[in-house]
Amino acid sequence: MKPIVEVKNLRKNYGEKEAVKSISFKINENEILGLLGPNGSGKTTTIGMMLGLLKPTSGDILIEGKKIEENRIEILKKINFISPYIELPKKLTVKQNLIVFGKLYKINKLDERIDYLTSKLRLEDILNRITGELSSGQKNRASLAKSLINDPKVLLLDEPTASLDPEIGDFIRSFLEKYKKEKKISILLASHNMNEVTRLCKSILMMKDGKLIDSGNPEMLIQKHGRKNLEEVFLKLSRSKNEYN
Amino acid sequence: MYGLFLRHFYLITRSFPRVLDLIYWPSIQITLWGFISNFFASNTTYYNNAVGVILTCAILYDFLFRTSIGFNMLFLEEIWSRNFTNLFIAPLKISEILSSLIFTALVRALIGLIPAILLTSPLFGISILDLGVYLFFLFLSLYIFGITLGILVSAGLLRFGPSFENIAWSTMFLLAPFGCIYYPVDILPEFFQKIAYMLPLVYIFEEARNILINNTIDISNLIKAFAFNLFYIFISISLFFYSFNKAREKGTLINIGE
Repeated sequence: MKPIVEVKNLRKNYGEKEAVKSISFKINENEILGLLGPNGSGKTTTIGMMLGLLKPTSGDILIEGKKIEENRIEILKKINFISPYIELPKKLTVKQNLIVFGKLYKINKLDERIDYLTSKLRLEDILNRITGELSSGQKNRASLAKSLINDPKVLLLDEPTASLDPEIGDFIRSFLEKYKKEKKISILLASHNMNEVTRLCKSILMMKDGKLIDSGNPEMLIQKHGRKNLEEVFLKLSRSKNEYN
Repeated sequence: MYGLFLRHFYLITRSFPRVLDLIYWPSIQITLWGFISNFFASNTTYYNNAVGVILTCAILYDFLFRTSIGFNMLFLEEIWSRNFTNLFIAPLKISEILSSLIFTALVRALIGLIPAILLTSPLFGISILDLGVYLFFLFLSLYIFGITLGILVSAGLLRFGPSFENIAWSTMFLLAPFGCIYYPVDILPEFFQKIAYMLPLVYIFEEARNILINNTIDISNLIKAFAFNLFYIFISISLFFYSFNKAREKGTLINIGE
């Protein structure tokens, strides 16, 4: 399989503190890679570096063979990001937000793209509503539409279904499965929802204290650690003291 | 560039209170200075041959203030709405972000200023157009300096995060005494005069008074103002790029909107 994303010996130091300690991984085309780890394990820092928001202390991130540090603008056209910690401008309608971001990403045939996402994400009823007045689930769908406005080849998801009710969460997961299959995009999914990760990801990376401490597909990891499910594997690895460091 | 302008255009045009807010303060400011100006004109000899001097300078200063604050507001708006990360992961060059904010700040300042200028004629019988063709150069010089201050503050916001916000509001007040907006530079103590002469403001306002009171033009004032402006805007843009790189090292970009 063809790797779309290659992360090589990536390190990030904040002064004396090592937030990410020389990690390497790949994401193939048409793959969802799960990134798991307790809070403060370095997941967000890794995503930040992949988005060009953070400068790596050393190491490389390549998207389609090109280094992000040297081709930042070109690469940003091909990737996008969604997180519950960032929002769309609240005072604009959903449609206005999609137009703004479509213009920022210089999308050709923007109307068609907005129509496509509106239909796929069932945005018809909220398209002309003020974003700040939407429910969490509606905001999440609007943010997802923004993150797909540029038809990205790589999608970075940080807790995409956090604080959503089970029905909306299921809708988002189903949508991501279908969208990945249709567009063959590469997705990095950072999540604390183990059921979500088990359902969506064929392979997983486990991070702790800035290091990758284990990887593999969910069934293999469950078997390897002699646990019943991924949540128990997560707890075992999170609570272990330096066993994997 | 157009996308970022559009984001703020939608924001302003969707909200009547926002438009009102943009118009309200300049109009109040100009009205207040209009009455003060009338009083001074009838009770002092310095201003008696140019009734509109104070009011004209008030309008010029307000344009500077609105441009600078307007630029900061555009930047702060992204932080407050937690849209900062979305903006910096879009494929935009820093120069495109700056250009877009510079243009949008001008539009914001003009929305506030044009009604205020229109008020001065019927209320006080004064037209800022008395400055003639040189009005354009005075406005341009003030616009560049206002943008310079806006970029400097935004660089601080990038580098230090939202805690730098208070500085955004105070910059203009700190520089106003040295700008010699309503009085000649000779009023200042000698040491303050040295500081004042290092700012473009003193040349702009001295020249505005020179045109209105003496009916003469001193091009050297305009040239000095532009020379200082070029120097300071070069410094501010360089500092913005430096702050952006530092923010990428320190992680400010990823935490700023949270």
